[in-house]
Amino acid sequence: MEAHYWWIIGGVLFVLLNTAAGLIWLERRMLALWQDRYGPNRAGPFGILIVLADTLKLFFKEDWIPPFADKVVFVFAPAVVVASVLMAFAVVPFGPGIVVADMNIGILFFLAMSSLGVYSIVLGGWASNNKYALLGAMRGASQMISYEVFMGLALMGTVILSGTFNLGEIVEAQKGMWYIFPQLLGFVIFFIAGIAETHRLPFDIPEAESELVAGFHSEYSGMKFGMFFIGEYLGITLISSMIVTLYFGGWLGPAFLPGVIWFVIKTFVFIMVFILLRASMPRPRYDQLMEYGWKVLFPLSLLNLLGTAAIKLIIDK
Amino acid sequence: MFSLLRSMWLVFLHMFHKRETYQYPEEKAPLPARWRGRIALTRDPDGGERCVGCYLCAAACPVDCISLQAAEAPDGRRYPGFFRINFSRCIFCGFCEEACPTYAIQLLPDFEMAEYDRQNLVYEKEDLLINSQGKYPGYNYYRVAGMAISGKEKGEAQREEPPVNVRSLLP
Amino acid sequence: MTIYIDNKPYEVKPGSNLLEAVLQQGMNLPYFCWHPALGSVGACRQCAVKVFKDEDDKTGRLVMGCMEPVKDNLRLSVEDPGAKAFREQVIGWLMTNHPHDCAVCDEGGSCHLQDMTVMTGHTCRHYRFSKRTYENQDLGPFLNHEMNRCIQCYRCVRFYKDYAGGKDLNVFAAHNHVYFGRCENGTLESEFSGNLAEVCPTGVFTDKTLKSHYTRKWDMTWAPSVCQGCSLGCNTSAGERYGSLRQIANRYNGEVNGYFLCDRGRYGYEFVNSDQRILQPAIRPHSNGTVNKAHIVDQVAQRVKNGRTIGIGSPRASLESNFALKLLVGEDNFFLGVSGSDQDHASLALKILREGPARTPSLQEAGEADAVLILGEDLTNTAPMLALAVRQAVRRKPEADAMGQIHLSDWQDAAVREAVQDKHGPLFIFHTVPTKLDELAEDVRRGAPEHLARLGFAVAKALGADIDPVTHLSAEENALAEKIAASLMAAERPLIIGGYGSGCDHMMKAAANVAWALQQKGHNPMLSLTLPEVNSLGLEMLGGHRLDTAIDVLRQGEADTVIVLENDLYRRADAHLIDEIFLHAQDVILIDHLYNRTAEKATVLLPAGTFAEADGTVVNNEGRAQRFYQVFVPKGDVQESWRWCLQIAEKAQVRSLNGMHNLDDIDWAITTAMPSLAQLQHLAPHADFRINGQRIPREPHRYSGRTAMLANENVSELKPAEDVDTPLSFTMEGYRGEPPSPLIPFFWSPGWNSVQSVNKYQQEIGGHLHGGDPGIRLLEPHLNGGPKYFHEVPDTFVPVPGHVHIMPLYHIFGSEELSMYTHGIAKNAADYCCLYLNPDDIARWNITPGDWVTVEMDHHTCRLVATPNHWMPHGLAGVTAGMPHSPVVDLPVLAKMRVSD
Repeated sequence: MEAHYWWIIGGVLFVLLNTAAGLIWLERRMLALWQDRYGPNRAGPFGILIVLADTLKLFFKEDWIPPFADKVVFVFAPAVVVASVLMAFAVVPFGPGIVVADMNIGILFFLAMSSLGVYSIVLGGWASNNKYALLGAMRGASQMISYEVFMGLALMGTVILSGTFNLGEIVEAQKGMWYIFPQLLGFVIFFIAGIAETHRLPFDIPEAESELVAGFHSEYSGMKFGMFFIGEYLGITLISSMIVTLYFGGWLGPAFLPGVIWFVIKTFVFIMVFILLRASMPRPRYDQLMEYGWKVLFPLSLLNLLGTAAIKLIIDK
Repeated sequence: MFSLLRSMWLVFLHMFHKRETYQYPEEKAPLPARWRGRIALTRDPDGGERCVGCYLCAAACPVDCISLQAAEAPDGRRYPGFFRINFSRCIFCGFCEEACPTYAIQLLPDFEMAEYDRQNLVYEKEDLLINSQGKYPGYNYYRVAGMAISGKEKGEAQREEPPVNVRSLLP
Repeated sequence: MTIYIDNKPYEVKPGSNLLEAVLQQGMNLPYFCWHPALGSVGACRQCAVKVFKDEDDKTGRLVMGCMEPVKDNLRLSVEDPGAKAFREQVIGWLMTNHPHDCAVCDEGGSCHLQDMTVMTGHTCRHYRFSKRTYENQDLGPFLNHEMNRCIQCYRCVRFYKDYAGGKDLNVFAAHNHVYFGRCENGTLESEFSGNLAEVCPTGVFTDKTLKSHYTRKWDMTWAPSVCQGCSLGCNTSAGERYGSLRQIANRYNGEVNGYFLCDRGRYGYEFVNSDQRILQPAIRPHSNGTVNKAHIVDQVAQRVKNGRTIGIGSPRASLESNFALKLLVGEDNFFLGVSGSDQDHASLALKILREGPARTPSLQEAGEADAVLILGEDLTNTAPMLALAVRQAVRRKPEADAMGQIHLSDWQDAAVREAVQDKHGPLFIFHTVPTKLDELAEDVRRGAPEHLARLGFAVAKALGADIDPVTHLSAEENALAEKIAASLMAAERPLIIGGYGSGCDHMMKAAANVAWALQQKGHNPMLSLTLPEVNSLGLEMLGGHRLDTAIDVLRQGEADTVIVLENDLYRRADAHLIDEIFLHAQDVILIDHLYNRTAEKATVLLPAGTFAEADGTVVNNEGRAQRFYQVFVPKGDVQESWRWCLQIAEKAQVRSLNGMHNLDDIDWAITTAMPSLAQLQHLAPHADFRINGQRIPREPHRYSGRTAMLANENVSELKPAEDVDTPLSFTMEGYRGEPPSPLIPFFWSPGWNSVQSVNKYQQEIGGHLHGGDPGIRLLEPHLNGGPKYFHEVPDTFVPVPGHVHIMPLYHIFGSEELSMYTHGIAKNAADYCCLYLNPDDIARWNITPGDWVTVEMDHHTCRLVATPNHWMPHGLAGVTAGMPHSPVVDLPVLAKMRVSD
């Protein structure tokens, strides 16, 4: 492999992991601002060193494996989520030519990887051998499998429009018009499904601390918990960058800034939207979530697919 | 859907509101006089311990973190031989203060009692007893109660008649 | 009989009053002056209810519930607004002068006045003027006096004077200045004064020993217990806090003690908290301090395994402990640790009760007797509660006569007492010295015990018993015997009481003869025999050899190790004999709880639990087996004596005790090994008993300080102790409803915090507890075949020249070993070094009263102070028995006496 690939891989990993860590600070700070507080403001400038403090704390915490747990799976599960999300980033084009793997099945790869993330939750919850963890894991599994379906269906709209699975090419195809306009419905569905996929608030039903203690990761502590934590923030970043790539023209933007910067700015906006959602939305009931997915979003995504295909056919003819 | 967006917008606007936070160690929050903080045992106006060891605070305590032993001094005053509050259990509910018939136990506006060692949160009487009447100046239980102590014989409490002469049959 | 309470029909017992009827149904009606044992006087006006003429009567009239008998179809209302308002008003008046005292009042939290005030809804004092006050009195070491709190219900004097026959508590002054107290400061004389603390509905009389380590009722860990003070086995509730025993409260038992206890029982608990307690095991001379428990069990087991070990049981240890020791050392090596005369008495009593046709009554039945003959007992000092029962029994006949004339129920206390005046039913007392019951007796005989026993035989003969004729009686004595015989024959429920109190077993024989003769005449006599200690009868039922044979065994070198169970041997035989045990035995292993003279000399000490730290069973003089329960988990290595025995047995591989670990195991072993004790199986629920899957909590639900009481030692709380022996728990968690009667740790009912809540536990007011009273009678009369009379009439007592015959004199305070550790009891105890002699004898010996005399017994000499007592017959002397330092132990004894130089 050529040297600059290593640079890209290294750079992507570095940026992503730092972003995920930084998001810990960012989220707390933003939540605090939206709740009329200051948030972490003690450690370092603007409290940014809270990240360091938090990480150190996680490292120094007792890394406890419950005696009743399935030890191998218990240790393995948190790694799965981080690994699968990082793998998905391989296909994301951060800028013109800045992509780890310029695959022509990029979208499918992304879907495949985000599906793998379910294993992390299911295995973690099951290995914990704890009723709350197991309930959380079951909820997580069904929620993610359900929302996966129309997540895939929703972004087929962009595939139809661009005629390719390659994410770079999809971005290129948006030179004339960002897909947010023709694919507004698709975007909304993908966005909602993306929240569910990252099990963020308001769809954090697998964790649901008011009912399930901490859901699938009830028994986790120390850095293993930290992995789930990082996995979640990486997930946010992934979904945000996918939204940007698929609907908001990826790195495209006025030329006074390089493409990568545009990409980062756009992604950042969506990360903020994720946090804002957490600050303002209540959690639905589990049955409401499933009902909403299958009875509303699923038909809508089919409709979107049919409509897009029909329009595409008509225009092409 | 619109209401969701609206609430997101309203929450977003809070970014520009005034912060509610007190920057604690530099900036102290003003505590109201009836703030339920540090628990103390107060004294009578005459300097005697107010606590008579009646056990009502202990009984009222929902986390059972008060234990004491009543004793009687030679002058007839009752007092707690030991009085212990386990602040690592205390929830500062103030039930003990409400139960106290002598205004002895009082919750004061002070909460800075953190310790690195949990064992240090166990307060004995010496730690609890303060040289003050606390929130109820002027109150002296023995001036109201019928029991005699030295310096206050029978019939000398508030609204009491002098002791009956048992040997008299006069109306 | 049906009455309507608030328009609902209820079945009630005929002859009761409305208050009883209402309480009987589990309803609440406030009262003060009424007491189930004292009856009604209508003094407090608190139990007002409305009674209606018929269904259409809407107005009704207010009556006092306690003064109105039930009538068929009577309609009454408790909830009537008029009645409620009246009751609230009345309590408002009662409270006008009540001081603002609850915080410093020992009654608070178990106060009937508090309960009733809350019940009526009186919340605010409307009376604007100043309060009346009183000066208090010092009433001695047992009771605290705080007259300000009085509500003038008169219960105290009604109990103290009318019920218990006390003389020195009275009502003074007049109108609203009425004062209850003594005419001057001083200790209350009655042996039942402690009951005032429970009888008084408020805090005028409170327990002074409790005050010295005061704890509220809700803060104590309670367990059902049995008094260890005498052979009657009164039921008590023992309360603990911070590892020390705080209070003994009465535990109602409808067949035994009812509502009351004597002062020895109530206050004799402080030995549990004594600084003389053995808390750690020790081996001498190697370790003078603490030894690892496992190590010491090993050591003892080695000694038991190699060589012959004998065991000495104890009448103050439970059946379980004695039985475990008996199996540990083997039946042949088990000796009863009692003096010769005590063993004679116990075995004679058991023989009489087991083989004779007369029934032994419970205390309650004894109180129902209508003619009483007491042979050689000073009941007030040897079996105090039986004396209280006799006080009630002498009222039965005149009461029945009076009720026949004035047509009133027996609960109409004032009226019935007015009608009875000071008439007494037949009571005859034969005892050498005056007793407190003499004042009630129709006839009293004094003299040497043998002489009195002869008179008893004469009574039996006069009743037609098949015994040798009693010769050399005066005409007067013959006439008396005839008169007593006639009185007993006329009675419906005659009661004959004999016992150990004069140290002469002919008394018991005479009592048995009289009872059996009555039985043969077709009467239904009750025969009550007193015994020296709490488990004397139980120990005798287990059986074992005499103590003096143990000394022989050791002397002959047939055994090298002695295990002594909860016993101070120096109280059982003269010191020179016991010294021989220590001389001949290689090891004396003592399992006991107090550091006494035996403990000083023992080579191995194993700390045993007292009644408050152990579970066990004792058998009272009635033959009633009763279970006492561990109150709290003791500090150190203290554990039940039987548990020590089991642990030693396990190490020593004693097969008969194989696999036994807890109380149920050992009880099972007793019931299978001893058919006469088989009933123990049904004595109380087993350890696995649960209600709704829950244990019965020893602590009230309001128990406080759990997270603070040990926080000074460690802020992390320990796991609470678990009880493997009983269904009780050491915590406040568990079943909150009514437990089965043997397991009631304390009496409490919603709204009824004081002991008066016992109403809610009774089948009928003043009757049995729900599910039957606890305890099981092990002895029933043997009705087949005629009685085997004791034919031999004892010889008259003849003084031996140069000698005195020393008889034991018992005293309620002092004659019992353990209660003497209570400060107040020791203070009131008799003098231990007095030798009571007839003044004529003193003159004849040429002694000045107060001089030291030397008394010589076999191998044993001691010096005593000659004290004149003109009730002692010539040639007879008395010493107070059982006193801690008494040099004369084995009584009665014939001793040489000379004047000291």
